[in-house]
Amino acid sequence: MTEMLRGEHLTVSFGGKAVVDDFSFRLGEGEWLMLAGPNGAGKSTLIGAIARSVPCTGRILWKGEDIRGMKSAQMAQRIGILSQTNHVGYAYSVEEIVGLGRYAYQAGLFSGRDDGGREEVEKALEMTGLKEMRHASVLTLSGGEMQRVFLAQVFAQNPQVLILDEPANHLDLKYQQHIFTLIGQWLKEPGRAVLSVVHDLSLARRYGSHAILMDHGRSVAEGRIREVMTPEHLQQVYGMDVCAWMREMLSQWEEKGD
Amino acid sequence: MRNPRQLKRERFTPLTYMLLTIALLFTMILCVCVGSVRISFTDTVTAVWNGIWGLPIPETIAKNIILNVRLPRVLCVTLAGASLSICGAAMQGLLRNPLADGSTMGVSSGAALGAIIAVATGFTLPGFSMGGSMILAMIFAFVSLILILSLAYALDRSLSTGSIILIGVVFTMFISAIISLVITFASDHTRTLSFWTMGSFSGVNYPQVRVMAIALLLCGGVLIRFSPELNAFAIGEENARHIGVSVKKVKLIILITVSVLIGVCVSIAGTVSFVGLIMPHIARMLVGPNHRRLLPASLFSGAIFLLLADLTARTLLRPVELPIGVVTSIVGAVAFVIIFFRTRKVR
Repeated sequence: MTEMLRGEHLTVSFGGKAVVDDFSFRLGEGEWLMLAGPNGAGKSTLIGAIARSVPCTGRILWKGEDIRGMKSAQMAQRIGILSQTNHVGYAYSVEEIVGLGRYAYQAGLFSGRDDGGREEVEKALEMTGLKEMRHASVLTLSGGEMQRVFLAQVFAQNPQVLILDEPANHLDLKYQQHIFTLIGQWLKEPGRAVLSVVHDLSLARRYGSHAILMDHGRSVAEGRIREVMTPEHLQQVYGMDVCAWMREMLSQWEEKGD
Repeated sequence: MRNPRQLKRERFTPLTYMLLTIALLFTMILCVCVGSVRISFTDTVTAVWNGIWGLPIPETIAKNIILNVRLPRVLCVTLAGASLSICGAAMQGLLRNPLADGSTMGVSSGAALGAIIAVATGFTLPGFSMGGSMILAMIFAFVSLILILSLAYALDRSLSTGSIILIGVVFTMFISAIISLVITFASDHTRTLSFWTMGSFSGVNYPQVRVMAIALLLCGGVLIRFSPELNAFAIGEENARHIGVSVKKVKLIILITVSVLIGVCVSIAGTVSFVGLIMPHIARMLVGPNHRRLLPASLFSGAIFLLLADLTARTLLRPVELPIGVVTSIVGAVAFVIIFFRTRKVR
């Protein structure tokens, strides 16, 4: 399978402490790589390193090319990143924020017109169910609606790889299912791949094709989702019997009326 | 039925620009008419119209007052108001901080210090007598900006609203002390302290108008060209990076542009506080936060506001003329408090 993104020996240190520690990964075409692990495992920092907002050592390669030398707009056309918290202070409309996803195609004094742009924005609004509130001020939106706005922005960006930090954040169950199904559909087109940080292990297991379990900045287990998400590995990383706990949670619903 | 959450401001059409232009022209003419000598509306229009086309002006009209005293002043005030306002709007977007402005961040004070040092040491550019103080004002404005932002960044990486303003206030106090010091020792060269700290447009001339017009045309053009990037920054610097903005490069260009524009204004008129704070807010209420509309609207609102402030300064306690900064600061301080409370409460 064609490789799209690869990280080699990535290390990020804050104040002498390695938050991401000699971490490597590879993401192939058509794969949905789930990154899981307890709080403070370094998942978001790793995404920061891929986004080039956190300095790191090691190399990140896009189809063999080091992303360090890439122009910002070029990078944004290839890799779309949805971060965990998005807080807007001014009353932009939903459409204005989604429209900015096309920036990478419009930037530069001499770049051509962004012909498909309008259409991509419409498609993204449609997919995320935001068409009705396209003119609404983002200051009036709920956390979940906000999350969908930025997801629509990254869809409008039309990248080849999506990198999502907790895409289910702030979303109620209906939209969790909706958004994950959407991302799954998005992934079906050739030449695409997804890397996402997920806290909900059931979601990870249900939608992912591959996974990496991360702890203390290092990879504990990696490979196909079924090989990684095993009771033994989860026990090791989370320090508790995760599967028994989830079974117990689920069994509550199976008891017949009180 | 309209959704109550919908924004009502998509309609910012050429008509809006036309109305703003008419309002601005009207205010400008009003400011030429009113003063210690009252001049009629038709006389003003005739004198200016004939002056532009080189036609003879009737003897009955106070030509000297209109063309050589009031008109350059009105033009200068218009340009300064527009410049300071667009700078404020750009900084509020870039830093995602509704309280950012040359005066609240201490950039204007830095620029004033630069200009004073140039005047006190007699530093000029050959063939361009204003050049010395202007260049130093620009450099000092830029250095102040970088200094304040680095300090704020060291204090808290998110560059929150409060920390920048706090550092700006302390910086302004520090610079004011140095300004008084320089003026005390070089009093025979420099203008008075109140000119530099409160600003004044009395005695401005056409060469100064020309310089300000060129500066505004160039720098304003650059800022408007960067409206999409400013929108991205206003939404969030991290998001800007993700959608493909060259964050560092764009930030540097905008900071330099703002410093140049503020430097030019301060070296000609001293520090006029709060214009760049209040007027972008008014503009934002009218046209929304999108910089494509916000920056042009800020130009107009800033110009009109400063014209009215200058008119008040000239006429309120006639024949005594107030420093224009007194008027803008009184209005500005109240506006600052209102904006500050509103941004705090939203969170």
